Amino acid sequence: MATDTTTDTPAAPAQTEVDLHDEEHLSHLQHHFVSSEQQFDSAKLGMWLFLITEVLLFSGMFVAYAVFRQWHPETFAAASQTLDWQLGGLNTVVLLASSFTIALAIHFIQKGEAMKSFWLQVGTIALAGVFLVVKYFEYTSKFEHGVFPGAMFDPHGVAHGVDYGALASYAYAPQFFSIYFVMTGIHGFHVVVGMILIGWIASRTYRGHFSSEYYTHIELSGLYWHLVDLVWIFLFPLLYLV
Amino acid sequence: MDAATKGAEVAHEEHHDEAHDQNYLQYEPGIWNWLTTKDHKKIGIMYAVSLALVFLVAGVLAIMVRTELVSQGETIMDADTYNQVFTMHGILMVFLFLVPSIPAILGNFVLPLQIGAKDVAFPRLNLASWYVYMIGAIMTCAALYFGGVDTGWTFYTPYSSSTGGGVIWMTSAIFVSGFASIFTGLNFIVTIHKMRAPGMTWNRLPLFVWGLYATSIVQVLATPVIGITMLLLILERTMGIGIFDPALGGDPVLFQHFFWFYSHPAVYIMILPAFGVLSELIATFSRQRIFGYRAIALSSVAIAMLGFLVWGHHMFVSGQSAISSIIFSLITYLIGIPSGIKVFNWVATMYRGSIWLQTPMLYALSFLFLFTIGGFTGIMVGVLAVDVHLHDTYYVVGHFHYVMMGGSVMALLGGMHYWWPKITGRMYNETLGKIAVFLIFVGFNATFFSQLVLGAKGMPRRYYDYVDRFEALHQISTYGSYVLALGLFIVLFYGVYSMFFGPKAPANPWAAATLEWTNVAALPDPHNFVRTPLVTRGPYDFHLADEVFGSGDGVGDGQAASLDVPEPAPAAPEPSEEAPQNA
Ligand code: HEM
Ligand SMILES: [Cu+2]
Repeated sequence: MATDTTTDTPAAPAQTEVDLHDEEHLSHLQHHFVSSEQQFDSAKLGMWLFLITEVLLFSGMFVAYAVFRQWHPETFAAASQTLDWQLGGLNTVVLLASSFTIALAIHFIQKGEAMKSFWLQVGTIALAGVFLVVKYFEYTSKFEHGVFPGAMFDPHGVAHGVDYGALASYAYAPQFFSIYFVMTGIHGFHVVVGMILIGWIASRTYRGHFSSEYYTHIELSGLYWHLVDLVWIFLFPLLYLV
Repeated sequence: MDAATKGAEVAHEEHHDEAHDQNYLQYEPGIWNWLTTKDHKKIGIMYAVSLALVFLVAGVLAIMVRTELVSQGETIMDADTYNQVFTMHGILMVFLFLVPSIPAILGNFVLPLQIGAKDVAFPRLNLASWYVYMIGAIMTCAALYFGGVDTGWTFYTPYSSSTGGGVIWMTSAIFVSGFASIFTGLNFIVTIHKMRAPGMTWNRLPLFVWGLYATSIVQVLATPVIGITMLLLILERTMGIGIFDPALGGDPVLFQHFFWFYSHPAVYIMILPAFGVLSELIATFSRQRIFGYRAIALSSVAIAMLGFLVWGHHMFVSGQSAISSIIFSLITYLIGIPSGIKVFNWVATMYRGSIWLQTPMLYALSFLFLFTIGGFTGIMVGVLAVDVHLHDTYYVVGHFHYVMMGGSVMALLGGMHYWWPKITGRMYNETLGKIAVFLIFVGFNATFFSQLVLGAKGMPRRYYDYVDRFEALHQISTYGSYVLALGLFIVLFYGVYSMFFGPKAPANPWAAATLEWTNVAALPDPHNFVRTPLVTRGPYDFHLADEVFGSGDGVGDGQAASLDVPEPAPAAPEPSEEAPQNA
């Protein structure tokens, strides 16, 4: 499949025979679309709809958060104190930076500079990796003190001036941490998926599959990545800073 | 041979190519090609086969439930088995049959044809949807293997977070099959926005397309919420996260809110496409331009939106605040308005039309009758004070069967008969078809009207036993269900028979005016249209329909000789590169 850069002429629409397929169409244009634009617009609309479903998935959890916080504000305030806002803040900066790099990656592919775009994608993956490493340390520092989600919740000990043992006296502290782990866990899962996705796109960029005429996949991965970022922008203040 | 067939044939002749004479069924045969096909028509058929199987299994479970209830005490199974049987019946029917049904079968097959497209926007995603659905179905089997589910289809906590071995598998299955539903919805929205043929404006969209559009919006917006609900329930069981289980400090009413936030809109996922089918049937078999096209189209969208605001009507007695109950009750009444608008429009469409009582139309008429009962009983249970008495009784069971079976399933059956010639290229047996509708209609009413009465008298739902005074009505209901089942088996029988031995169907046996009939060969081309049509008129402009047209008397199976068939739409201008090919 060679990259074909004569994209702006809409390809044959009405004739749809089998033998016409790959020879006469642009290599990336699927037979059921009339033009590259139609294909691109469809993909983009599809991605937006998918992002809406993601927002709704998270909003279910935000509702659970809101309900329990409404009922037990003191618990939420106390439990939130035990989260390390500095690490959370660091991760916020890291994710924002990664959104910036992926946006630049799209910018450069639009200008036809595929290798620059490739390295920016790699940079995005690296930043996502940093995010996960920080998250790993946050999780383990909680687990060490028995701060598990739900039924296994058994807080004890003091570390870095945080008194985990004191959490035991708050009736709904397990709920806070259940919500914390579930939300950040599902968010973390999205980060991993994003890394895989961008990794795949990056390898295709490297192999020269994309050009200033055809970069749908990069743009859509960028959209997805912005959403992952956006969700974190909500999670950070709600969980760490209440 | 009628005009449309000729038109299609002429188009074929002009079009010299080895694809000549090819139809989508002959094209790329073989099991492997089917399993990897991206053709929306074949995917629709794959869904049809899978869903028919699910419907059969769930139907047999229903017959078992009814047989158990034919007399007091233990009849054919003990109480625990009974709980599992009615639960599986409900789950299979709702999540694995009715939610996907019309969109995945008829929507997949018909939507691209109706808007003049070669396929849906994302054919690969479409195939993925079927596979994801099948994974869900396999997980359902796993749930049965690992101890079954006895929670009812609603999975209310705390019971669901403590009972049975199969709940995790079942909820995972629902989580997974939710993606199938999202994929379909997303695909359809993009398809309708981006893939319409030249001239196919929003005001010329067939109403089935509008129904699918409204449905897809609900699928995309509501399904993620059941996804997260099921996920939280799974975590509740595995890790005890304490969100829903009161023993762990959770809130069971929160679960109910989450569940119904999806499941009320889900009832619109089931009924909106049925509305769409009905508009096609009523218009075609009345040979009339549909009355109030816009009102029907937009009321679907209105219902889709309002449907997100009424979930609390399932929770009047759950302990939610009186204020919320009152608000939910009021908005529930509002839903009756767009539903009523539709019914009036359909009736008005038939008024002074030339009604042709073929099987699909008989299903449409059954729908009008049964859905109206379903809607009215819905309003009844939406009344706060009345619902305190009727909640969790057979009245509610009667209500939702009138809308789901009397509404959605009737429309599905009507639609299957209507599009059968296009799908299989063959006619079914009209006489048997009419006998089956009759049995189904009578059997249905015997089964479920008696349940409305039972409920009003106080018979609670989900019990395997009952007191004396309910016996007669339960028996009527059970015998009714046998008649209903007989009708459905007749459909199965002549359906399978016609696939092999039915007479060949003409391209437009109903003289319908939408593109899939006027511009597509009797058995569609692998790529649907030989020439992309140029749409120049609305979907229900029956050409010369005002001419007196035979009532169908004397018109045998598959013979539409006396009909004035609308002409095909002209072909869209060819792109310049193809000029040498054209005469
Ligand atoms: C005119 C429109 C409708 C209204 C006003 C309405 C109202 C209601 C109300 C108030 C309930 C709760 C009763 C109770 O649990 O006490 C209910 C239950 C139900 N409705 Fe409807 N409904 C309407 C249409 C539909 C449609 C179109 C469907 C499906 C296609 C549907 C499916 C159901 C189901 C499945 C339940 C029972 C859920 C359960 O508890 O298992 N309804 N309806
Ligand atoms: Cu409802």
